[in-house]
Amino acid sequence: MTREVKVLGSGCRNCRNTAALIEEVAAEQGVAIDLQKVEETAEIMRYGVMSTPGVVVDGEVVHAGGVPDRKEVAQWLDAPR
Amino acid sequence: MFAALGDWTAYALLGLSPEGSLGPAVQFFVMDTAKIFAMLVAVIYVMGLLRAMISPERVREYVRGKPKGVARSLAVGLGAVTPFCSCSSVPLFIGFVEAGIPLGVTFSFLIASPMINEVAVVLLVGILGWKLTALYVASGLAVAYAGGIAMERLRPERWVADYVWQIQMGETAHPAVDNSLPGRHRFAVGEVREIVGRIWKWVLLGIGVGALFHGYVPQAWVSAYLAGGEWWSVPAAVLIGVPLYANATGVIPVAEAMLAKEVAIGTVLALMMAIAALSLPEMLILRKVLHWKALAYYAAILAGAFVLVGWGFNLLA
Repeated sequence: MTREVKVLGSGCRNCRNTAALIEEVAAEQGVAIDLQKVEETAEIMRYGVMSTPGVVVDGEVVHAGGVPDRKEVAQWLDAPR
Repeated sequence: MFAALGDWTAYALLGLSPEGSLGPAVQFFVMDTAKIFAMLVAVIYVMGLLRAMISPERVREYVRGKPKGVARSLAVGLGAVTPFCSCSSVPLFIGFVEAGIPLGVTFSFLIASPMINEVAVVLLVGILGWKLTALYVASGLAVAYAGGIAMERLRPERWVADYVWQIQMGETAHPAVDNSLPGRHRFAVGEVREIVGRIWKWVLLGIGVGALFHGYVPQAWVSAYLAGGEWWSVPAAVLIGVPLYANATGVIPVAEAMLAKEVAIGTVLALMMAIAALSLPEMLILRKVLHWKALAYYAAILAGAFVLVGWGFNLLA
């Protein structure tokens, strides 16, 4: 099943790096993901995130503020659902 | 150790003369680059390991619903321990407004956050000594406190963009953190990479300016015009500092070079605060939520406050 991943952030460099990292790790692990970038402030705030970039996996906020660590990303994608 | 490295590079390796202008400038640049980056990496790593930084989401929860005086003190104090990235200032502003936190309190937070943080404080103590650090931190907190009150008097509500009032924020998310030692280590390494990656340009620029000042500005000129705390030197320092941007760490080498040539302390403090607290890029980002009039008052109030702080310290000195 495809994992739904959203990167929350207004298009800053860290947000692009985060999105690229997630794509990379997903490809390595062979996990199918549907990656979306959420750039609208109002929508980012709806997730309760103020420090960007934030990451939402299958509807749950798993990260807020700063580029996440590669190992962390691997754990999110691996987690049982 | 760092001074020796600077001496060796400038005078032995490059064969420059310690009497000229270029030699001391190179010595300062090498010494400060090594010293500041070594300290930056060490301090950020330790702060990361301790998870000593507080997220803006937490600040919002602590401050919301508190009586105004308490809320403002909290906002100023927590602003000093919250890592600040100007790219987050819009969501931060909206998040505070949405939580019903008074605008004046939000402004207090926005003033304190870029000016003071643990990393800059440790570097300040290490490079400029605890006395100057105490003055910088105390006046920064005071300006943030008073600046927020001054903004509030102007009824800034009328300058907030309409869409801001409509945004509904979801339940604040606190993603689970890995608090095991390897988890903390990974987090700390990530913090070092992220923060150093973001600010190294400003720090290097600051060291460059400090080196030029150290090598090329004649001592006689400084003694004649800047050492006695001439009244005009403070507003001049603020006018130069306001449009300029470097983060709080980047201003340290500039201050170091100026203090070594005995520029009056109030003038140095005013310049440091003006550079760290106000910047054109942050203004442009805040323009998304505030009318330019509010930003003009914000800049004017802060500039005025820095001038008063500078004059005050020059008078006392």
